[in-house]
Amino acid sequence: MSELAITVIGHDRPGIVADVAEALAKLGANLTDSTMTRLRGHFAMTLICNGPAAPEVEAALEPLAAGGQLLATVREVRPETGAASAGEPHLMSVHGADRLGIVAAVTRVLAEAGANITDLTTRLAGPLYVLIAEVDLPPGSAEAVSARLDEVAARLDVDVTLRPAETDLL
Amino acid sequence: MTDPLDPAVTDPLDGWAVEVLGEPGDVLPVVTAPDAVLSRAGAEVDPTDPKVIRLAADLIATMRVSPGCVGLAAPQVGVPAQVFCVDVVGHPKTATVHGTFALCNAKVVEASRWRPGREGCMSVPDLTGDVKRAGRVVVEAVLPGTGAPVRITTDAFEARALQHEIDHCAGLLFLDRVAGAHAVYQRKVYL
Repeated sequence: MSELAITVIGHDRPGIVADVAEALAKLGANLTDSTMTRLRGHFAMTLICNGPAAPEVEAALEPLAAGGQLLATVREVRPETGAASAGEPHLMSVHGADRLGIVAAVTRVLAEAGANITDLTTRLAGPLYVLIAEVDLPPGSAEAVSARLDEVAARLDVDVTLRPAETDLL
Repeated sequence: MTDPLDPAVTDPLDGWAVEVLGEPGDVLPVVTAPDAVLSRAGAEVDPTDPKVIRLAADLIATMRVSPGCVGLAAPQVGVPAQVFCVDVVGHPKTATVHGTFALCNAKVVEASRWRPGREGCMSVPDLTGDVKRAGRVVVEAVLPGTGAPVRITTDAFEARALQHEIDHCAGLLFLDRVAGAHAVYQRKVYL
């Protein structure tokens, strides 16, 4: 049994997920964590999967990729070990006029602070650029990170907010 | 006459206290998803049935020993029944608070001020999710032990907890109500 990282991307149409998932199920490849989303008319799937060796999975996906409709890659990866990070979960929103380097600049601030991005989505809607990220901050660093983000946001002429994404246990 | 809109001056539980249930309950193991009992609608119960009274006491005992736990429903201890307990005393998001109590056959009869919040659940230990809940609810139920009908008006965190537990009694998890495909998260591990 190997752990596989699979990406599939193609022009969006109904049935992509069903086709790919069916091909994997037939091989006995078990989908674990995945995100599948539409990005500007392209449908992008990133999957982690337990199953047969990578070449076998690649071969099974090949008919779907024939005709250039879908682009699929399969790589064997080392299973993750150890617990998730102990950072303080925060949600960061950035929005403003689109310009080159917004993502690079704000994520550099996070990286320098030792913050870990666990999820990030960007959307370009007309002239408006939007970035939403889930970030684990090192304990006690929120204020400093927020101040640093404000500086960078002012330079880029975008708005940034960083707020705790606290969970209530019920 | 008391003002029904001002919870501070009413006691809808009418003096009900945990002691009504008799002996302290036992701490029971908490069931986790995908156990089928969590997905089954609980049956209505007779609030004066000794077994139901015992169950309410067990739920309170189990809630009390579970760190951070503010509510527990019968399906979470493997019993498909409409019984749960709640205690949000001291939680920072609590406004109106009715102390520690257990309810049977509870229903939300009014709900307003919907707002999102991120929830975790002892029965789904590895995930959290964004769920919209009413910030103000009116709940009708009967009290275990006395069987007295109650009508509880509450808000903020107690309202959220009641909705979460009433959902459990209906066979629903927060996963059934998450706000979107991107609204479920791996729960963080605090060391």
